[in-house]
Amino acid sequence: MDLSSINPILLIAAMIAAATPILLAAIGELVVERAGVLNLGVEGMMITGAVCGFIIAVNTGSPTVGFIAAAIGGAVLSLLFAFLTQVALANQVASGLALTLFGLGLSSLMGQSYVGIKPPRAEATPLGPLADIPVIGPIVFGHDLMVYLGLGIVAGTWAVLKFTRMGLVLRAVGENHDAAHALGYKVKRIRTLAILFGGACAGLGGAYISLIRVPQWTEGMTAGVGWIALALVVFASWKPWRVLLGAYLFGGITQLQLNLQGAGVAIPVEYLAMSPYIVTIIVLVILSADKSRAPGSLGRTFHASG
Amino acid sequence: MIRIEARPQPSAVMAYATPVLAVVLTMIFGGVLFAALGKDPLQAIATIFWEPLFGEFAFFYRPQLLIKGAPLVLIAIGLALGFRAGIWNIGAEGQYIVGAICGAGAGLAFYPTESVLIFPLMVLAGALGGWAWAMIPAVLKVKFGTNEILVSLMLVYVAEQLLASMSLGLLKNPEGFGFPGSRNLQQYPSAHNAEIISGTGMHWGVVAALIAVIFAYVLLTRHRLGFAIRVTGEAPRAAKFGGVNPGRLVLFCLGMSGLLAGLAGMFEVAGPAGQISIDFNVGYGFTAIIVAFLGRLNPLGIVAAGLLMALTYIGGDIAQSQLGLPAAAIQVFQGMLLFFLLALDVMTNYRVRFGRVEVA
Repeated sequence: MDLSSINPILLIAAMIAAATPILLAAIGELVVERAGVLNLGVEGMMITGAVCGFIIAVNTGSPTVGFIAAAIGGAVLSLLFAFLTQVALANQVASGLALTLFGLGLSSLMGQSYVGIKPPRAEATPLGPLADIPVIGPIVFGHDLMVYLGLGIVAGTWAVLKFTRMGLVLRAVGENHDAAHALGYKVKRIRTLAILFGGACAGLGGAYISLIRVPQWTEGMTAGVGWIALALVVFASWKPWRVLLGAYLFGGITQLQLNLQGAGVAIPVEYLAMSPYIVTIIVLVILSADKSRAPGSLGRTFHASG
Repeated sequence: MIRIEARPQPSAVMAYATPVLAVVLTMIFGGVLFAALGKDPLQAIATIFWEPLFGEFAFFYRPQLLIKGAPLVLIAIGLALGFRAGIWNIGAEGQYIVGAICGAGAGLAFYPTESVLIFPLMVLAGALGGWAWAMIPAVLKVKFGTNEILVSLMLVYVAEQLLASMSLGLLKNPEGFGFPGSRNLQQYPSAHNAEIISGTGMHWGVVAALIAVIFAYVLLTRHRLGFAIRVTGEAPRAAKFGGVNPGRLVLFCLGMSGLLAGLAGMFEVAGPAGQISIDFNVGYGFTAIIVAFLGRLNPLGIVAAGLLMALTYIGGDIAQSQLGLPAAAIQVFQGMLLFFLLALDVMTNYRVRFGRVEVA
């Protein structure tokens, strides 16, 4: 075992990058859940985003266009979920699962001829001399644009939910859809928009994995990140900044176990690879005592009678 | 103006018609998908649904129906009990893997001793393994209120890593020339889950599935516990007032579905699969979710749904070798089925009304 082979600065920088897909997916799901909808299809939307982004990026040669396509792909898939739960009034748990199963199949179908191809490289954000500052440079300023976009989305979500009328309406719909409906808000329309936002974010998160983290396409490559993102929303008590904290924690663990694998620690690789999932369970156990923060109408179907 | 209105009573006709309609719609849209992939849609559909049953080599494929259907039915029966009560065990795949590891482990521990007691012991170990794995989300939910969906799903990934570790380490065949994977149980007569009647595909897993179906049917229609499950799903508050202990129900439903999934894994590893290997699991635990819904969470419906889903697996394999249809296309096909089913379900509980909304 050689722990000195792990460079702490690079490790922290890598942890931030590892946290980004979880962060993006979780912040999207947070908005969906604050609107009172439980979408268990995050994994399916992520993997669809991953494959859409990959295909478009390879064909256009531009990672940026790839990311846009990934967001669209995730959103289109989430539209299916929106149709099932908002129009056909189907059970949200079952619909979410269906979305994940479907998304996993669809993505491997779409990605068949893209296995083993290298996507175009995403450039680091040109922040000029800032990136050359020792220690802080590589950690804070050395990332690609998506890392900062992820942070921007978190900040934006927080501000919109807390300070704007739109955020207030969204939260009202999530807390008590009957009351919101009585006040004249279009519950289904608002929820559909929230679901679309969640889908787009999950798609971006997925593309971050296939275009930057790995970067190549393999079937089922999101490997449960979507589910971890769902757990993260509970962990964060439905608060945006806590999602950030949680994503860094989980990203950190994922990256750390990868580095430990690389450093040849005496623990078998399989047991190290289990750790992010086990940590998720432990965190869920610790935080489940307090359920009071969950949106009041979470997971309930809304149908305006009469 | 078209609007939908809640039915006073769920429609019984629609409850039976929607799965059939969903299958028909899936065939149509599946055909479109296959056409988009450059295959002849009619031929593809015929290959998937006709060839295994009545084609030239049907004698070979028909037994496969039982072999592939048994684990699906076994797992789906357990899942349906929980789904009926609003308890969502999504981690059957993990319980299936752990059941297989425990079952195979129990058998291999006695290698090469021959005894009639070994196979029953393996069955017991497999059932206990699956049960114990499902007890983790169950106990956490009862004790701490943890979400069972997320915990059971996380445990699938843990079980997959465990499977990899077992096939590379503890259970690795010492005479396997360094290749990953355990000894082949098919070559160990005491542990082999052989066909009961040769050439039919009828192995002990099929028997277990039939027993589970009867057991679940009696439980749901004739037993107090089954009543408690149904009431909890349909009216949780009423169930509480009626004296149903929700914690005990969670333990029972998750435990039972884990046990059945563990059994399915054990029968699979001792029979059709033969050995513990890294890619032992093929997603039966997830497909069983579709089976449970397609079967209307009803034991008899699940048998029909399980056989249909087994058919798509077998037909998918044939279509893959004959028409070059990608394996993933079948996965999409199965996912589509669940979508249509969920979308059409609206007609069971709601009806479509045309005309202007009357102001009360």
